[in-house]
Amino acid sequence: MSTFLDRLLGRVKLGGWLALVAPLLAVLFAVVITSIVLLATGKPPLETFNALAQYGAQPRTMAVIVNTGTEYYISALAVAIGFRMNLFNIGVDGQYRLAAVVAAGVGGAALLPGVLNIILIVVVAVVVGALWAAIAGLLRVTRGVSEVISTIMLNSIATGIGSWLVTNYFGVLKGNELATKEIPQDSRVPGMALIPGTQLQVTGFVVVAIILGIAYYVLLNRTRFGFELRATGQSESAAIASGISVKKMIVVTMVVSGVVAGLIGMPELLGASYKYSTNFPTGLGFTGIAIALLGRNNAVGMAIGALLWSFLDNSSDTLQLLDISKEIVAIMQGVIVLSVIIAYELVHRYRIVAEQRRVSRELATPQQAEGAAA
Amino acid sequence: MKILYGMQRPDEGEIKVDGSPVTFHTPGDAISHGIGMVHQHFMLADNLTVLENVILGSEPRRGGVAVDFRAARKKIKEISDAYGLAIEPDLPVEELGVGARQRVEILKVLYRGARILILDEPTAVLVPQEVDELFDNLRGLVREGLTILFISHKLDEVLRVADAITVIRRGTTVATVDPKDVTARRLAELMVGSELPSPETRESTVTDVVALAVRDLTVRTAAGRTIVDGATFDIRKGEVLGIAGVEGNGQAELVEAIMGMRAGSTGTITLAGEDISQWSTLKRREAGIGYIPEDRHRHGLLLESPLWENRILGHQTRRPNSKGVWVDRAGARADTRRIVDAYDVRTPGIEVDAAALSGGNQQKLIVGREMSGDPVLLIASHPTRGVDVGAQAAIWDHLRTARAAGLAVLLISADLDELIGLSDSLKVILRGRIVADIDPTSVTPERLGSAMTGAGEGA
Repeated sequence: MSTFLDRLLGRVKLGGWLALVAPLLAVLFAVVITSIVLLATGKPPLETFNALAQYGAQPRTMAVIVNTGTEYYISALAVAIGFRMNLFNIGVDGQYRLAAVVAAGVGGAALLPGVLNIILIVVVAVVVGALWAAIAGLLRVTRGVSEVISTIMLNSIATGIGSWLVTNYFGVLKGNELATKEIPQDSRVPGMALIPGTQLQVTGFVVVAIILGIAYYVLLNRTRFGFELRATGQSESAAIASGISVKKMIVVTMVVSGVVAGLIGMPELLGASYKYSTNFPTGLGFTGIAIALLGRNNAVGMAIGALLWSFLDNSSDTLQLLDISKEIVAIMQGVIVLSVIIAYELVHRYRIVAEQRRVSRELATPQQAEGAAA
Repeated sequence: MKILYGMQRPDEGEIKVDGSPVTFHTPGDAISHGIGMVHQHFMLADNLTVLENVILGSEPRRGGVAVDFRAARKKIKEISDAYGLAIEPDLPVEELGVGARQRVEILKVLYRGARILILDEPTAVLVPQEVDELFDNLRGLVREGLTILFISHKLDEVLRVADAITVIRRGTTVATVDPKDVTARRLAELMVGSELPSPETRESTVTDVVALAVRDLTVRTAAGRTIVDGATFDIRKGEVLGIAGVEGNGQAELVEAIMGMRAGSTGTITLAGEDISQWSTLKRREAGIGYIPEDRHRHGLLLESPLWENRILGHQTRRPNSKGVWVDRAGARADTRRIVDAYDVRTPGIEVDAAALSGGNQQKLIVGREMSGDPVLLIASHPTRGVDVGAQAAIWDHLRTARAAGLAVLLISADLDELIGLSDSLKVILRGRIVADIDPTSVTPERLGSAMTGAGEGA
């Protein structure tokens, strides 16, 4: 039987409409809890949610939500690949930051012209992410080091290496900001004016994110590699008996997760700031963990989760106008994740019982027919 | 045994302690009636001291919160001295040897006031001197008025230590005997059963072509203990080779070594003339080894995946399940329907999870899967364990049909009906060694029993 962890990480699927009901209930529950907190602090809940919705519906905010959501989504994908196989890649954070530093340094040097430079930057980011993740995978299979521990430590090391690289090699002092050299104009990924009514463009990486989402689905559900990955995640002992090399799977899965992690910083680097500085967004890897849990590692579920998370993050600024602490949003995010986990668990138990009943019912009927015939 | 310790409820019948009937719902109930159990696998926390391990879960309190270590130490000393267990309460358990750990387990049970001790295969992990020490301790306990239930399949030990012996076979009491007027041979016969099934008369389909040749196969644990010792045998096409033996004598490890799932095995394995000793499990499977694992839930199925995905498991590199790097969903689904029909897997469809099926139907699915793709050799480990009678007969039929079609079968089973009924030749495994060849057509319970239990040794 599946463990709670299997269900938590979506290695066990939820069928049909129940899969939709669970997260909806969880969000509703989070709204109720948040309302209680708001009432307790003497703030009006209805107005608060109204303000959030109003602000979120503005064209400019919508563009920001999509842009941040794109990064969240790629991060969630990177985390989910590991989750499906029982691997906790907590190191997505370090992987994307180190990848972004090195890619920014190489890109700023403008070794190649135009589009070629973009390709070079992306390739460098992907390779760095993959190599950094591979360390944890290799440690796990050769020395038995838990990837949770090693990736957390590798996150700190990545931070150290990143600032060392910027300080000693890539960094240029501009005013009092130390940052990598800006990527030249001709090597930037243009945005798209998708949302009318705002100057702010939607990052071109939204297309990349969608392609990645489809690729994630196809890889896991349609390929042999995906089957082996899911089989290993569900039952390592069955995988071994079936001739799946679990050690190989661990390293390869870690590397694939690192490849995707390497792309997380690209929308920012190639589409927004064009350099790596102390202002470069951090913590996206951890947001990805929350969203992967929220979306149950499902490609569409995580997309919705990423947009919801991004909406909450970006609309929270407006709460200060109402004299409400923006941390109320953090409370809401926390409650959503917790209640989603509980809701999935309840739905799962219901589904198991329902399916076993259905099977015995459907089996009972034809047997009676046979008996009648005889 | 699990019922006696309150881990399972009986369907009928009653248990009496000191003459009065009792019912146990939890192990706690059993303990409160003075029944304690020493498990085969020690349940001790290595990094805690003996004292801490013993009181864990029933700590004496002082003032409501604090643990009264002094009282506990005193009590442990008393028990240890009274029964001659020689236990030092303040040593960490990790510094103790196996024999001392077992004494800690016994002390743990006595500390909780047990008057009746259940010992499950207590000698399995001990070396001979430690066994002697244990027996001395047990005699000491009995002298002090305790009752001991000693569960073992080692006949000589039972004969040495017991005052009365009850033989249980297939869940029913076969006989209760006095060790003074019974021989090891007679005991072995009782264990195996006096009436062995005679194999059905049938044409032998054994050919001269050797499908699997195993030479000097030896398996050692990481700690260096030998579990399979120099196994050597041939299985020809169309032959079922049965391996008989009391469970835990190396059968599981032998199978895992042939499947390539076990590191630390030496010797050569030849499949259809090719040396496969160094091959990976996947390559062996692709070369035509089908595998019905002993524990289908752990090794044979993805319980929470649909049946058609379970069809792919273990055959993920071959048609009709995959084309190149892609999973062939249509092909796998179609072939799963074929298996469901041909092997009479009772299911409403192929999209239901494997977990929703009964054990017998799960097993029929596995048998169907492993017979697909023209296997050369089928390893069947307890193929009908835990399945209903109907499924059992169906699985036996499938095995006979496949054998007639030239399949070589390695059959491991604890079910003697199954072994004698299906096998063309029988080998007996004892403590990792193949100790006897037996012709299933002329087998006697005495010979099989003494070979399986080692009662014939030195006699």
